[in-house]
Amino acid sequence: MSKLINGGVKLLNNTLGWIDDRFPLTKTWNEHLAQYYAPKNFNFWYYFGSLALLVLVIQFVTGIWLTMYYKPSAEHAFASVEYIMRDVEWGWWIRYMHSTGASAFFIVIYLHMFRALLYGSYKRPRELLWLTGMFIYLILMAEAFFGYLLPWGQMSYWGAQVIISLFSAIPFIGPELAEWIRGDYVVSDVTLNRFFSFHVIAVPLVLCGLVGLHIFALHEVGSNNPDGVEIKKYKDANGVPLDGIPFHPYYTVKDIVGVVVFLIFFCLVVFFNPEMGGYFLEHANFIPADPLKTPEHIAPVWYFTPFYAILRAVPDKLGGVIAMGASTLIFMALPWIDRSPVKSIRYRGWKYRTALTMFVISFVVLGWLGMQVATPNVTLASRIFTVIYFLFFLLMPFYTANDTDKPVPDRVT
Amino acid sequence: MQDGGQSGDIDKKRRHFLTAAATVVGGAGALATAIPFVSALSPSAKTKAIGGPVEADISGLKPGEMQIEKWRGKPVWILRRSEESVAELSGMSDMLRDPDSEVEQQPEYAKNEYRSVKPEYLVVVGLCTHLGCSPKYRTKDDSEGLGADWKGGFFCPCHGSKFDLAGRVYKGVPAPANLMVPKYQFISESIILIGEDSVGNDAGASS
Repeated sequence: MSKLINGGVKLLNNTLGWIDDRFPLTKTWNEHLAQYYAPKNFNFWYYFGSLALLVLVIQFVTGIWLTMYYKPSAEHAFASVEYIMRDVEWGWWIRYMHSTGASAFFIVIYLHMFRALLYGSYKRPRELLWLTGMFIYLILMAEAFFGYLLPWGQMSYWGAQVIISLFSAIPFIGPELAEWIRGDYVVSDVTLNRFFSFHVIAVPLVLCGLVGLHIFALHEVGSNNPDGVEIKKYKDANGVPLDGIPFHPYYTVKDIVGVVVFLIFFCLVVFFNPEMGGYFLEHANFIPADPLKTPEHIAPVWYFTPFYAILRAVPDKLGGVIAMGASTLIFMALPWIDRSPVKSIRYRGWKYRTALTMFVISFVVLGWLGMQVATPNVTLASRIFTVIYFLFFLLMPFYTANDTDKPVPDRVT
Repeated sequence: MQDGGQSGDIDKKRRHFLTAAATVVGGAGALATAIPFVSALSPSAKTKAIGGPVEADISGLKPGEMQIEKWRGKPVWILRRSEESVAELSGMSDMLRDPDSEVEQQPEYAKNEYRSVKPEYLVVVGLCTHLGCSPKYRTKDDSEGLGADWKGGFFCPCHGSKFDLAGRVYKGVPAPANLMVPKYQFISESIILIGEDSVGNDAGASS
């Protein structure tokens, strides 16, 4: 018996050796998992990177299945979604997984980004890591926008109409550019067809490439941690960081716990509240698109509403579009406008702590305001919180330069 | 050179020239290849053909009523204004951004107080000039939330823009321009041809 086992192990090892002579299998495994040393003090906030990867996989698999039944034409799109929901075996489950996955993606990404703000993960030497992450975020917004047109409901239609019209605000080329994006004079069958193409192939390809870049950039510079100190400073005789532990098995196991808890919440939504009271699937989208009639109240899905509130806060068409664009792109400047010598919130002074708190409040409140009907009070509040939102970034070079920072420990605590 | 550069005797000038030439030619080729891909996204011949003119029968329209036609996939409103409403148009100037229709949002024959061929009939594209939602027709009697001196007009539910009964935009709202008047003509007393007039053919005002 033991002879048989030994023989099996030997065969496996020989096969592995044969592959390793031709492809860097063991080398890649070690570099990115078994001998990739991550700081030993990761906490709750470090779950969301691997969870984002999980949601990406969920979206890919459910998306491929939905594509088998969905028909990208103005005439048949709405009915084909109904067909998936009512007639396809488990079709309702696959579609709810996909629609819930979209919102879950943004929840996970926003928490992942907030982690970076907490612990200064965007700071030197992780600027490129931050930038690739920002590109992922932007391309994810494009993916969500393209996908939202596909069910061809009222909100799909008029949401796309409004967002594409944003481009018509650009001086000189605007109207022609909007026409070029639509491929028609209005949002139509032509638009739906190309959005389908972007949603199922072009954008996901770019997304995969960017995720690869993001992980390569991470594994080059190494993970930050809640203390914001570099673990590579102190290494043992073998060159292994003293405060580092191999990602596999330590963090693979930890992340599995995160996955289980995440899936519990995810399944609760999918099975018991897939519409999430109109936040994940908007009520107006259960009516087929009507190009002659705008719904009484239109608002984007929740993950876009902070930026939508900023758009509405500016009483000028072009100005509003510029402010909205700036509110997403300005995150990219963080590595260069943060002048604090300290990374982690644990050792930052009251100024950054106050600024970050104000920013989070303004982001959440703007998100709520973006869902409301634009009354004068809502507009006024949107303007106030838009100012706070931008001040977080514009004043950052000043309040981070002379904050009451605490001394940073040499090694992780 | 004769030994293929193996002795370290490399003609660097020649190599740089070849690299630059290959880059320029390759770049030009890539650029030229982009043309069909970019052009393919523009409206196709079929899409343009469907954008042809449509006829609307307005014989059943009573004063104060509006009917909606579909032209190039967009809603086109035909509103029959009452004599009272027509008379009130001249007193609106103070509240409007472009009361005299200076911005080219209409054919020449609609560049008047009524923004129409016949004062009684308004013909406009029913899409807000802000971000393209379709505003609601709100009569004088249906003025809730629009102010006491509302004389009837159009209100956009998306971002709160207001237009008067000639499709002229109010001041202090996000929409930058008056509603667009398409090219149109009366074929008879009760038939309007939208998208074409005897002056030009098959085009809108400013597009």
